[in-house]
Amino acid sequence: EVDLEERLRELDLRSDSDIPDVPPPTDSTPEILKRALSGLSARWKNWWIRGILSLAMISGFFLIIYLGSFMLMLLVLSIQVKCYHEIITIGYRVYHSYDLPWFRSLSWYFLLCVNYFFYGETVADYFATFVQRREQLQFLIRYHRFISFALYLTGFCMFVLSLVKKHYRLQFYMFAWTHVTLLITVTQSHLVIQNLFEGMIWFLVPISSVICNDITAYIFGFFFGRTPLIKLSPKKTWEGFIGGFFSTVVFGFIFSYFLAQHQYFVCPVEYNSETNRFVTECEPSELFQMKKYSVPPLLQAVLGWETVNMYPFQMHSFALSTFASLIGPFGGFFASGFKRAFKIKDFADTIPGHGGIMDRFDCQYLMATFVHVYITSFIRGPNPSKLLKQLLILQPEQQLSVYKTLKSHLVEKGILQPSLRG
Amino acid sequence: YLQESESENKLDGETASDSESKSDFGGSSPVPTSDDTPEVLNRALSNLSSRWKNWWVRGILTLAMITFFFIIIYLGPMVLMTIVMCVQIKCFHEIITIGYNVYHSYDLPWFRTLSWYFLLCVNYFFYGETVTDYFFTLVQREEPLRILSKYHRFISFALYLTGFCMFVLSLVKKHYRLQFYMFGWTHVTLLIVVTQSHLIIHNLFEGMIWFIVPISCVICNDIMAYMFGFFFGRTPLIKLSPKKTWEGFIGGFFSTVLFGLLLSYVMSGYRCFTCPVEFNNDTNSFTVDCEPSELFQLQEYNIPVVLQSVVGWKTVRMYPFQIHSIALSTFASLIGPFGGFFASGFKRAFKIKDFANTIPGHGGIMDRFDCQYLMATFVNVYIASFIRGPNPSKLIQQFLTLRPDQQLHIFNTLKAHLVDRGILGSLEDA
Repeated sequence: EVDLEERLRELDLRSDSDIPDVPPPTDSTPEILKRALSGLSARWKNWWIRGILSLAMISGFFLIIYLGSFMLMLLVLSIQVKCYHEIITIGYRVYHSYDLPWFRSLSWYFLLCVNYFFYGETVADYFATFVQRREQLQFLIRYHRFISFALYLTGFCMFVLSLVKKHYRLQFYMFAWTHVTLLITVTQSHLVIQNLFEGMIWFLVPISSVICNDITAYIFGFFFGRTPLIKLSPKKTWEGFIGGFFSTVVFGFIFSYFLAQHQYFVCPVEYNSETNRFVTECEPSELFQMKKYSVPPLLQAVLGWETVNMYPFQMHSFALSTFASLIGPFGGFFASGFKRAFKIKDFADTIPGHGGIMDRFDCQYLMATFVHVYITSFIRGPNPSKLLKQLLILQPEQQLSVYKTLKSHLVEKGILQPSLRG
Repeated sequence: YLQESESENKLDGETASDSESKSDFGGSSPVPTSDDTPEVLNRALSNLSSRWKNWWVRGILTLAMITFFFIIIYLGPMVLMTIVMCVQIKCFHEIITIGYNVYHSYDLPWFRTLSWYFLLCVNYFFYGETVTDYFFTLVQREEPLRILSKYHRFISFALYLTGFCMFVLSLVKKHYRLQFYMFGWTHVTLLIVVTQSHLIIHNLFEGMIWFIVPISCVICNDIMAYMFGFFFGRTPLIKLSPKKTWEGFIGGFFSTVLFGLLLSYVMSGYRCFTCPVEFNNDTNSFTVDCEPSELFQLQEYNIPVVLQSVVGWKTVRMYPFQIHSIALSTFASLIGPFGGFFASGFKRAFKIKDFANTIPGHGGIMDRFDCQYLMATFVNVYIASFIRGPNPSKLIQQFLTLRPDQQLHIFNTLKAHLVDRGILGSLEDA
């Protein structure tokens, strides 16, 4: 108790200059790599480690894509849990609050609650037929929101009961820290999964665009970098930024072209109740059927073609890559500012040469939300079977009035022939 | 702009520790609340001792607030919505101001503008969703509104992103940590205050009774717990709030349940309270007129044998809504106070006596609304889970965005379902 008091008194939360430095991360590079690279100088060694790990991560990524949607979902979930853990650990270190009563359990409990809520909503939407068959699941789905809320409230009440006289402020800080972290990491990861269910291409293209932008901006900056971009990240340059933008757009175009041809990537993920597996088979939507586009006169002179065969999706990929290159980096700047504010070099030391998982995913933050909003605004209509299900729950009078409205609409549009009786 | 040396000096007194022994109060004592009591009251009560004077001031202000509540209920849904909106803005302002005081960050570049900007964005998002849901026909008629509503989420997200990017661009070298704290503070406040106020408005649209009964139960519980505590209070309830007692808690619980039952009984008889609020396109005003649902029709209930001997009746005529009111009052009395404890803990953590001094004798608006936090969310979740089905106009709206073949498929399935249930006569009658 006395120790805690001492530490709390030393803590000065406002002035940046007085923050005690977080101990430097331990070097977790595997022995093999160290021996293989022992000959090189330190700078090249670092470069090689980063390079090798990048390749390892990209290969891992391809492997998981091959293994299918379910593995991808698990991967997304593990990454989310690890990012959450990393950020919460930073909070503990900043506030020296590792010994606060209950707090570790409460943080994990809240993570569990929010995940339960989001996964429940996903399961209810996408596994409707699976759920219909099982009685217990039916009950859980019908009262899902109430159950999630009750679980959350329990955590809230536990928090209030755990408030200890001398540590009120710390506890409130950790409470807020937990909630903001949940907001950032958990909602994003669920939006990623929703995008995934729309079609793997909606998952792959955005993530690859961000990764490509990272790498190409680095390369352009390395070779041509001269003008600094922002005080927050001194290593970023305008040349890297613009070079990265153009490369990412081109990459997005080409990558979409290849992916759009395969049903595996293009079809919404559906759960087949009979085979109990995920299937991605469908009639490809209009987005993924080749169309002829007229090249605008301006580009005709440059390219020499009059028309070009493209997938409509490639136009959308243009929007996605643009966002990834222009706004995605702000997520990275936000994370850099955060690291400077709390005087940490990396979020953690999970990946040798790269830092923590969060360091790799900082630019992905906004991307997942953007893709989700983009899909709901411009691409996907509402889910017809879900709509039908809701219509059937209505009261009879409501159903009747809805029926009449729908009928008049359909007749007006000529989709339905007017009835003979008028 | 914060001068460096100035900031060093200002920050000496505070630490994260709440220990009273340290001379915290030297550097940054809590701002004493200035006496806001109007002159009139001051003169009228000048004879009484200060304790009674305080009691009278609180009492008079309580009556004034309750009267005000009744007036705005009388004035109708539009005024209620406006009041909810104003309360939300004031609560947001109070909490943000506390953040500024805690972090001495009033002069941070851009920050005041950014906080208000984020408030505007989130409100735009929520109000847009509400307007789209409830004013569907109005929106479809006006061209600019239709486009705004179709791309609503995208527009809201773009607005939010602009604020986010402005924040990143405004990060200043020596104040990173402060800026991140204020960013976090703003977002948590938005989460608490703004989402709750929108849930209240959703509840309101469900029927004024869903707005009035929960809020009144919380107020009743507050007052009753205080009275029971005043007269019978002996055993302290929780270290956080030393004035609360178990006697007050339990007495408040039973009184609130009773109060809820009575209030619901009285209100269920009137359409203006039980009908969903609808916007009438022809008269361009809100109407509350409908066929009362089953919830608001008297039914005969058998009294369980246990209570029969006590009460003496075999059956009782009640509105089904009164059963729901028991759930609402129970929540208001048992869990609602946790919202109050949370706020008490918050005030102790940041060493403030009240959130602000807007209401004489009571403190800030937030002090009055701290127990209401969880109530609005609970009522909304309760309605969504147990009462209300999906909103028909929203479904129609979604239907209209589908492709023609999908529309036809749904239409035919619905038709077959209706014929099957006998709701629709033979196929020719349709």
